[in-house]
Amino acid sequence: MKCKKCKTKAVIGLPRHNAAFCKPCFNEFVHDQVARAVKSERMFGPKDRILVAVSGGKDSLALWDILLKLGYRADGLYVDLGIAGYSARSREKVERFAETTGKRHQATLLIHTVQEEEGAGIRELADLVNRPTCSACGTIKRYQFNRAAVDHDYDVMATGHNLDDEAARLLGNVLHWQEEYLEKQGPSLPASVEGFAKKVKPLYRLAERELAAYAVLNRIDYIVEECPMAKGSKMLLYKDVLNRLEIESPGTKQSFYWGFLDKQAKAQPAPVSMAEKDQATLHPCSLCHQPTTAEICSYCRMMARAKAGSLR
Amino acid sequence: MRVQLSHPERQVEVKGPKRVRELLRDLNLIQEAYLVIRGDDLVTEDELLKDEDEVEVRPVISGG
Repeated sequence: MKCKKCKTKAVIGLPRHNAAFCKPCFNEFVHDQVARAVKSERMFGPKDRILVAVSGGKDSLALWDILLKLGYRADGLYVDLGIAGYSARSREKVERFAETTGKRHQATLLIHTVQEEEGAGIRELADLVNRPTCSACGTIKRYQFNRAAVDHDYDVMATGHNLDDEAARLLGNVLHWQEEYLEKQGPSLPASVEGFAKKVKPLYRLAERELAAYAVLNRIDYIVEECPMAKGSKMLLYKDVLNRLEIESPGTKQSFYWGFLDKQAKAQPAPVSMAEKDQATLHPCSLCHQPTTAEICSYCRMMARAKAGSLR
Repeated sequence: MRVQLSHPERQVEVKGPKRVRELLRDLNLIQEAYLVIRGDDLVTEDELLKDEDEVEVRPVISGG
């Protein structure tokens, strides 16, 4: 297989683009896809301070690496969830990346430890509130990322969600007609109210396999093992189904998700409408002052239930 | 050739020579969900793997 651009030996084939690339041309392709995402969705500018949510996995470390190499001011935030063994191993990957690549670009790493802040790890908290671990984890991470971005005055918070993540999530939402979630599935969500950070997904144009290839080719040491909590998750099933379609018909994932974004952009010309809706429905949580639709936000409710549960 | 697999971690012996595409097919794995790594390099689907090669078939899909 030859590189489509420079005709030397290719290291990866990309059937969805009817292309193959050598390492330098593949890196250029990846950087270009991120630059296009940032520009077309007006995610951030060269002067903005970006907080990247890093897990130790390939996507978030690749994202941090790409943003730094593109010259952006990007720091990292790692939330230690206290999952036995797995959290320590993933944290080590993040810390090593921060000490090498991060340091070279004057980037810093923030670390939040759920165990220290709430007195229990994610598994124990989920048990106490009787919720599936992944759902409790989602609430905790969203809350922690948003609060850190706001407290430390970052202009925007970036996550490593890729094309496969977004297409799988869209499939799940459509299968269950969860229309209320569709509106929030764009790659750029505004800071609609006080206390809400702007949130962006600069990797939505890149497939999961492409990001793993980027990490391997650029010697980014990431955690290959799967989170022990994710076993049997619906997301894995949706991703598998989409990848089977992708093999038969390359480009299926991008036409599904990007097609959805196109339709959404045409149907709702004003991103203002989401901001207006948020402004009408969100107000500060009476306990922690983060935005919520309820009197007390879901994070504080969860922690209150966890504390009540632990006293029983 | 020796093939390193993950989830769970294990090694299998596969008779070479064999193309990457055929190796994945024999292992019942889909291309879109794996990378094949030889040494420090990625290898493309049309590459011929020799009997004495050692390769890693790395899953790329995560549940998050």
